[in-house]
Amino acid sequence: MATLDPETIHDVTGVPVHNIHRHDVVVVGAGLAAMRAAVEASKDYDVAVVSKVFPTRSHSGAAQGGIAASLANEEEDHWEWHMFDTVKGSDYLGDQDAIEILVKEAPIVVREYEHMGAPFSRTPDGRIAQRMFGGHTKDFGKGGPILRACYAADRTGHALLHTLYENCVKNGVRFYPEFYVLGLVIRDNICRGVVAWDVINGGVHVFHGKAVMFGTGGHARIYKIASISLSSTGDGPAMVLRAGLPLEDMEFVQFHPTGLYIHGILVSEAARGEGGYLINDAGERFMKKYAPEKMELAPRDVTSRAIQKEIDEGRGIGGKNYVYCDLRHLGEEKIMTLLPQIHELAWKFLHIDCVKDPIPIQPTGHYSMGGIPTDNDCRVLADGKSKPVVGFFAAGECACVSVHGANRLGTNSLLEASLFGRRAGKSIVRFLREEPDLADLPVDAANEAIAEVEGILSAAGAEKVSAIRAEMQAEMSANCAVFRNGCNLEKLSEEVKSLRERYKRIRIDDKSMTFNMDLTEAIELGRMLDVTEVIVAGALNRTESRGAHSRTDHPKRDDVNWLKHTLAWKKDGSVKFDYRPVVITRFEPKERKY
Amino acid sequence: MAANEHETKLFTFRVKRYGTGGREKEHYNQDYKLEVMKGQSVLDCLNELRWKHDGTLTFRRSCKSGICGSCAMTINGVNRLACETQVMALGGSVVTVEPLKGYPVIKDLVVDIDPLVEKLLAVKPYLITKTPPPSDQERLQSQADRAKLDGLYECILCGACTSSCPSYWADEKYLGPHAFLKAYRFIADSRDEGAREHFEALDDKHGLWRCHTIFNCVEACPKSLNPTKAIAALKRELAKERIG
Repeated sequence: MATLDPETIHDVTGVPVHNIHRHDVVVVGAGLAAMRAAVEASKDYDVAVVSKVFPTRSHSGAAQGGIAASLANEEEDHWEWHMFDTVKGSDYLGDQDAIEILVKEAPIVVREYEHMGAPFSRTPDGRIAQRMFGGHTKDFGKGGPILRACYAADRTGHALLHTLYENCVKNGVRFYPEFYVLGLVIRDNICRGVVAWDVINGGVHVFHGKAVMFGTGGHARIYKIASISLSSTGDGPAMVLRAGLPLEDMEFVQFHPTGLYIHGILVSEAARGEGGYLINDAGERFMKKYAPEKMELAPRDVTSRAIQKEIDEGRGIGGKNYVYCDLRHLGEEKIMTLLPQIHELAWKFLHIDCVKDPIPIQPTGHYSMGGIPTDNDCRVLADGKSKPVVGFFAAGECACVSVHGANRLGTNSLLEASLFGRRAGKSIVRFLREEPDLADLPVDAANEAIAEVEGILSAAGAEKVSAIRAEMQAEMSANCAVFRNGCNLEKLSEEVKSLRERYKRIRIDDKSMTFNMDLTEAIELGRMLDVTEVIVAGALNRTESRGAHSRTDHPKRDDVNWLKHTLAWKKDGSVKFDYRPVVITRFEPKERKY
Repeated sequence: MAANEHETKLFTFRVKRYGTGGREKEHYNQDYKLEVMKGQSVLDCLNELRWKHDGTLTFRRSCKSGICGSCAMTINGVNRLACETQVMALGGSVVTVEPLKGYPVIKDLVVDIDPLVEKLLAVKPYLITKTPPPSDQERLQSQADRAKLDGLYECILCGACTSSCPSYWADEKYLGPHAFLKAYRFIADSRDEGAREHFEALDDKHGLWRCHTIFNCVEACPKSLNPTKAIAALKRELAKERIG
C-alpha cells in the first residue's frame, strides 16, 4: 500500500496537512472511559489522548450523584442484587453476560479510583460512603432502596475526571487538547488511525496508531432541553456510521427526570436519593400513582414519564412545563453537606435557595443508551455481532456493549465508563502484544476529512447552521423525546430529511484558520443530523414500548417480536436494520413494576 | 417562579475582540445590542449573538453548568464563568466582556491556557504514595481528614484566579494560585506521602514566597474556593520543614 506523506497531499486543496503523529495507542475523547483506558494502556505503551476540549472540560465532570458498586460499606449488598436491578432497569434489553462483568468488577474499579487518589466522601469508620439512587434495591427488588452509590459529595464525576487526568499526567500520557477528530482511517477492516482538525491553529493532522480507542461521549445535544454539554454532539457514532459500520439501539435516549427548568441543567438524582420529593401543582407527591413502592426512587424512565404526564395533563406548577423537586424538609445542614452543588446551581441559575423554596424541574435530554456496538472486551464489531474491526475499540457513552439496554440506572454510567474504559485499556494491551506492528497509512487517509473542511469553508449557500440546529432540536424535543408515536415520527423523519437538504446549502461567517467555532459547529451539526436520522428511524421501526422508548401507539412491551437489539447502518441515503439477540443468563424477562 | 419570568431588557454587550474583523493584530471593542430575557446568562447571550448576528464571535464553552471551567472571562471587570453569570443581576445596561488577563489571546475571548497547565504540572498534581494500598480494600480516611480536602478538590481549572493575580502579572514564571491550591489539595491529603516532591517547585523565587496576600484570587474564584488560605497553609508547612 502506498503510504501517506504530507508533501504528496499538500496541494490537493487549500487546507494544510501539518503533521503525522505516531503513537502506539490513539485515544479519542478525554472523559472517564477515554482517560481510564489511557491510564491502563500507558502502563505499557505510548498513548496519545486526542480531544476536542481540554481533558478536564469533558462532560463526565458534570456527573454528580455517584458510581455504583456493591461494596457493602454501609449495609449488606451483593453483586447479584446489583445485577438484578440493572437487568430489570434495562427493561430486560441489557446483555446479562456484560452486566455480570459490570457488577462483579465494580468494587475493584471503585477501590482503584480510591487508590489513585479520588476524594470520596467517607463513612464514620473511614470507608467509601454510599447513598441511595433510583432503581437500586435490596434482595432482588424485594427490599427497599439500598446504599450502593459511592460518592464525593455531589461532585462525583468532577472528582473522578480530575483523578484520571492527574494519573494520565503521572503516567506520561501525551495530550492533544482541542484537536477535533474528523474521521477514522479504516482499510481492509484494519483501523490505522484518525484524522483531526487543529482547532487552535487550523490544519489537518493525522494520528497514526496501532490501536484506536473511542471514548467520545453522548449525543443528547440533539434535543432542545438537555443536561449534556454543548460539545456532546455524537461525534464518535457519526464517524462510525460514515465508515460504513453499524450503530446499536440508538432509539433509546434517556431523559433525566430533574433538569433545572428552561436550562435543562442536571439536578442530581442524589436529591431524591437523599430524600427529596416530587410535587405537582396540587402539592401532591404524584409518584405514588406511578411507582407506589419506590416513589421518587423509581428508575428514570418511569419517573420522567410520570413528570411529563403530570405536565401534559395540566398539573405542572401553575399549568406550566415544570413540577417541583422539594428538598426543604431535608434541612439546611444536610443540603449543604451532601448536596452543595445542587444548592449552588439552583441559586446561580434560577435564583432559588432550595433550603427555603422548591426547585422547578422538567425532564431533560441526558444519556444515550445506544451507540457503537462492541464485545465485552470493547472491540468494535464490524457487523454488530461477532466480527471485530482490527485495532478499533470503544467504551463509555459512545459505545453499546450493552449493559444499560433500554434504560440506564443512575450511577451505572460512571461505572460503565470507568469499568469498560479499563477493560478497553487491558484489551488494547493484549492486542498490542499480539500485533506489535503499525499498519500502513493509506495515501488518501486525510482526503475525506480535508474535503469536508474545504466544503464547509467554501460553502456559499444561504442557510444558517444555528437555524437548522435549532429546528432539529425543537423537532426532536417535540416528537422523539419522553413519549413518541408513529404518526409524529413519520413526519419527523421527513423533517429531518429536509434539514439534511438544507444543511447542504449552508454558509458560515468565519473563514479563518484560527479557533474557527463557526467551522466546528457546522461539522458538529452534520454529525448530529446523522445520529438524529438513525434515532428517528429506530424509534419508528421499534413498534413497542420498552424502557426509555415509549410509543403511545404501542404502549406495551413486546417480547415476542422485540426482545432484540437494533443494528442500524446508513446505506444509499437511508437507514437499514438488522438485529442481534439479547443475551439472557440469569433473569428471565418479567413485567416491570416499581 | 415570578410572574415576570418573560421580562426583557435591552443590553449592550461591549466585547473586546482580537484576531478578527480584518484587524488581525489589534484589540478593539465591538458593541452588540441584545434584548435579554430574565434568566439568561452571559453565555446564553454570547451564543445568541454568535448564532444570530455574528458567526465570527469566538469564545470557549462546553457544559453550560458551571463545572467544566471553559468559559471563564472578564465580565464587567470581574473574572467569572459566563455560563453562570445572570445578565439581569449585573445591573446597568452595558456588559463589558473581555478575555482573561495575563494569558496570550488567541482570538476574541479565547486565551492560551498552556501557561496555566504547565504550572499545574510543575507541582506534580497527583497523589504520591510509597506504601502500597491494601489489595482488595480502599485506604481508610477519617471523615475529619477527608473534610480537609473540602475547598480544595473542587477546583475546575478555569484560570480565573491566576489571571487576577498581580504577582502573576509582574512575573510570568510565577506559579499562580491555581497551582498552589492543587499542590495543597495533595499535601493536605492524609493518604499522600509525597509532600517533598509537591513542594519542590513551590520553594523557589517564582513560587510561594511571591504571594503577597492580595486576595484577588479569592474574589475571582467562581467556585468560592480560597487559594490564599491554601497558600498560607503551604507557607507554614514549608517553614516547618525548613526549620526542621
